[in-house]
This record gives sequence, structure tokens and C-alpha cells, in this order.
Amino acid sequence: MIAVRELTKAYGQTLAVDHISFEVPRGQIVGFLGPNGAGKSTTLKILTCYLPPTSGGATVNGFDIFHESEKVRETLGYLPENCPLYTEMKVREYLDYRGRLRKMPRAQRLRRIDYVIERCWLGPVHHKTISHLSKGYRQRVGLADALLHNPAVLILDEPTIGLDPAQIRETRKLIRDLAGHHTVVLSTHILPEVEATCDRAIVIAAGRIVAQGSPDELRASRRLTARVLVECRGPRSEVQAALNRVSGVSTVEILDGQSADAQYVVAALRPKDGYDIREEVARIVIQRGWPLREVRLEHATLEEFFVQVTANQAMARSTQEVQVAS
Amino acid sequence: MTRATTIARRELTSYFYSPIAYVAMAVFLIACSFTFWDDFQPGEIAGMRNLFNWMVWLLVSIVPLLSMGLLAQEWSTGTIEALMTAPVSESDVVLGKFLGSFAFFLVMLAPTLLYAAILALYANPRIDFGPIRSGYLGIVLVGALFISIGLFCSSLTRSQIVAAVATAAVLFAITIVPWWASGKLLSQTWRTVLDQTVFKRYTDFSRGIIDTGHLAFFLFFTAVFLFFTTKVLESRRWK
Repeated sequence: MIAVRELTKAYGQTLAVDHISFEVPRGQIVGFLGPNGAGKSTTLKILTCYLPPTSGGATVNGFDIFHESEKVRETLGYLPENCPLYTEMKVREYLDYRGRLRKMPRAQRLRRIDYVIERCWLGPVHHKTISHLSKGYRQRVGLADALLHNPAVLILDEPTIGLDPAQIRETRKLIRDLAGHHTVVLSTHILPEVEATCDRAIVIAAGRIVAQGSPDELRASRRLTARVLVECRGPRSEVQAALNRVSGVSTVEILDGQSADAQYVVAALRPKDGYDIREEVARIVIQRGWPLREVRLEHATLEEFFVQVTANQAMARSTQEVQVAS
Repeated sequence: MTRATTIARRELTSYFYSPIAYVAMAVFLIACSFTFWDDFQPGEIAGMRNLFNWMVWLLVSIVPLLSMGLLAQEWSTGTIEALMTAPVSESDVVLGKFLGSFAFFLVMLAPTLLYAAILALYANPRIDFGPIRSGYLGIVLVGALFISIGLFCSSLTRSQIVAAVATAAVLFAITIVPWWASGKLLSQTWRTVLDQTVFKRYTDFSRGIIDTGHLAFFLFFTAVFLFFTTKVLESRRWK
């Protein structure tokens, strides 16, 4: 449905988007995840034909974003960042204007306006002036506009920003409901949003794709960086040496000041790929006669994973820039 | 309805929500009525020539108020992004914005037709409608040119104030400066240059002369500024 090839966007000397490629199959919801300034919005602006790419290209629904821009814009609905609206207009008036701009025939236009007003919970405010609406309602007006012409592709730039928790839940549910009929690309820097709404996440940092996969796959990948914490009473160096010999353990690190009791040591063990070392570790500690308080598998949170991959990327980028400069 | 007229309709409607448009309209009509009142005396000529000349002066300060927000506001609020990602072309947007603003200008001008009616009632022996018709044609052409210049200035900046000041400066330079210079002793070259400006060409219309050269001048330069504005909108694709 959406195919992006080697897309690059440079603002002067800085690369906002750096040779990214990905595909989104029909009916899938894809989350574009990354810290602020990672290039999410820029990528979405290119996909919606608002900005041209510096190099590379993309097709949306089979149409080239550069050469068939008008066709692309007909098939997609876009909610820009910060949801800009003509605030002096009334909700229904605005949607009617947007429908006319898309040349929707009158009967269809009126039917779709009624539909999106109901769908986006705008019923109570549909005769109000947009400037009098709260941020949450405005966001929904933007969403209603994006849905108005029943587009095959929906591109939503931070759809839940500025909403309260109840509205966030409602909006996520709405986006979930849209899956199947629409292909959705949404950007966010909120991790639970991806888990809650997306089939697949593309993690982007400093203009590059650093990880992608379904939330399950990402969760699987963070299990690789999980660690096992062991708390037992024994001589520090001997504990470390004994645990190091357990099969499947790759590193052992003694954490200082972790235990409330000075006699106890806390060791953090990184297992090798695919090993569950907890039982073996417990057996060894008991065998040595060291009182054991805890053996715990600690999942690295998705948050941690995210911070790690994006920080690595940013650091790599800044050293690169230093090299270029010198 | 085409996309340009859809945009024009929205633009025209939005003027009626804006206090600035009402202020501009009120100032224009009050100032016009004072001029008319001044001229509408026994023994004076039953014409509107003074009024038409005065209108051009007024438009130099009023058109910037009407045109400043046309695109500058779209840039500053970001609505341009929603607009340009709908299936519309740059020329649809520029033409729509221009037509919407021009329509408001015509609405603002319409009440002054009342003066022509009043003159027709009281003129003795009879009013000559020729110069009034050509005068209106002239003012409509001047309005179109001024608005297209204003639209162009509005496309260059996010700030409505900057757009208004820039427009006023350009209009001042092509209208009031030549009027002021026309009273001075100047070389033949400067005279020829001055004859090309809005002021000189416009005064012919208010005298009742419809010169195709003047007509072409206004239409051509209106089109030129609309074309430039389209290029400015397209320029985001080259950056």
C-alpha cells in the first residue's frame, strides 16, 4: 500500500531523513516511533506530498508521490501535527468546505459528514465555532476531516497529543477500529501507544530506521537484553566466579549498594541468546551453601530499549558529524 | 463548483467573521461619503471624478488590511499544510484566495453605487453616466491589481503585519509617489516613467477614457503578481 525507497530529506546541511526504506501492507496499522526531531513528521510530510524528498521516492496506493501527487492526495487522509484548522469556522461548515475541496458530490458529502461527526464523537459540538472548542475536540475535528472521504490511507501525525487520558483511550480505540478498511500510519513518541494500537512499529532516530517489527517482536528483542538478578550471602569474588561458570551466562556484574543487608551481594547476570539460566543459577548457589534471597528475571522495559537504540544512533550521528567537521 | 471557487467562497465568508474587514469597510465608506458630501453642492459638476480619485488613495491603505492575512495567516497557523495536502493545485489556491478577496472588495464598493443614484436624482439637466461607468471599471481594475500585489506580499511572510506594511509600501510607491512627483519639474525620461504608473493610468478612467493600453496594463500586472504568488507557493518544493 505504501512503499518507501531510500527516502532522504536534507534541510541545508542536516539530514532530517536519511535513506529510509519500508513498506506498509494494506490494512495494517504502523506506528512511527521516535524521539522529537527524529524525522517522523518530515517523513509523513513527504508521504502526504507536502514536502518533496531530496532523493529517493515513495508510492502510496500505487501512485508516485512526486509525479502523481494529486492522485496520492485524493487517496489519503492526513492529520497534520498540531491539527491546524480555520478557527473562525463552525465544525460542520469546516467539514463541508473540506468535502467540497475534495469535490465530493452533495449527497455523499452530507452522508459522510454525518458519519464522521458520529464516528469522532463530535455530535454535541457540530454547530459550534472551532475557536471555542477544547484541544481534544479540535483534534477530533482534524481526525473527522482526515476520514471524511473514506481514504484508503490515513496518515496521522501524533493523533493523541494534547488529549486527556479518557480521550486518548477513545482515539486509540477509534484507530484500532479503522484497521482492515484503512491502512494507517501514525507517528508518536509515546511507547504504550504503539503497543495499544499498532500492528507494527518502525523505530526511527536521527533520521534512520533503528528497529522495526510487531510489538511482539520488539518485546522478544528486548528479552535479549533482559538480565537475571541474584541476591545471596557469600564472598563477593567467589560468587562472581561461580556464577560466571554457569552455562548460558555471558557476563556477571556485582552491583554495589543494591542490597539493604551489607552481607548480601547482588549480581546482575546477562544470559546468552535463548538461555533461561534461573534454575541453574539457583542450583549452584544452593550447592555452595550461600543463603539465597532472590533470583529474578528483569525484563528491560520497552522504554529502556527505546532509549538505548535511539541514544546509540544519536551518538553515532554526532561522532560522525565531528569527524566530518574535522 | 471548482476548487478555486470553493476556496474563494470560504475566503469571502471568513472576512465577515473578521473585525479588521469590518473596520476597513467602515473606514472606506465613511471616507467616501465625506468626499461625496463635499462635492454634492448646488453648482458643482454632477460627477464622481473626485470621489474616484479619492477612492484610489483610500485603497492604498485599505487593501493591505484586506490582503495581509490571505496567505501569511495560512503559514503562521499551519493551515496551509491541510490545504496543500488536499488534492488542490497551487494555482487553485492562489486564484481562490484572489477571487475571495476581490469579491469582498466588490461588496465594499457596492454601496457607493448609491451616490450615482443620488446624482441621477438631483442632476440638472441630466447626469452623464459615461465617466461614472468608466470610473467604476477603473476602480475595479485598480482593486484587482492592488489585491494581487497584497496577495503576493502575504505569500512571502508568516507575519500579517509585515505583509500589510510591505503591501502599503509598494502601493504607496506606485500610486502616491507618482502623484506627488507629477507636480514637480522633471526631465522627459522621468515623465515617461511616471506615465506608466497606476496613478496616471487611473486618472484617465475617471475622466471617461477607456484606453485598451490601460486596460491591458492592469490585467497584465494583476496576472503577473498572481503568477509570482503561485511560484512562491511552489517554492516549498525546491527548498
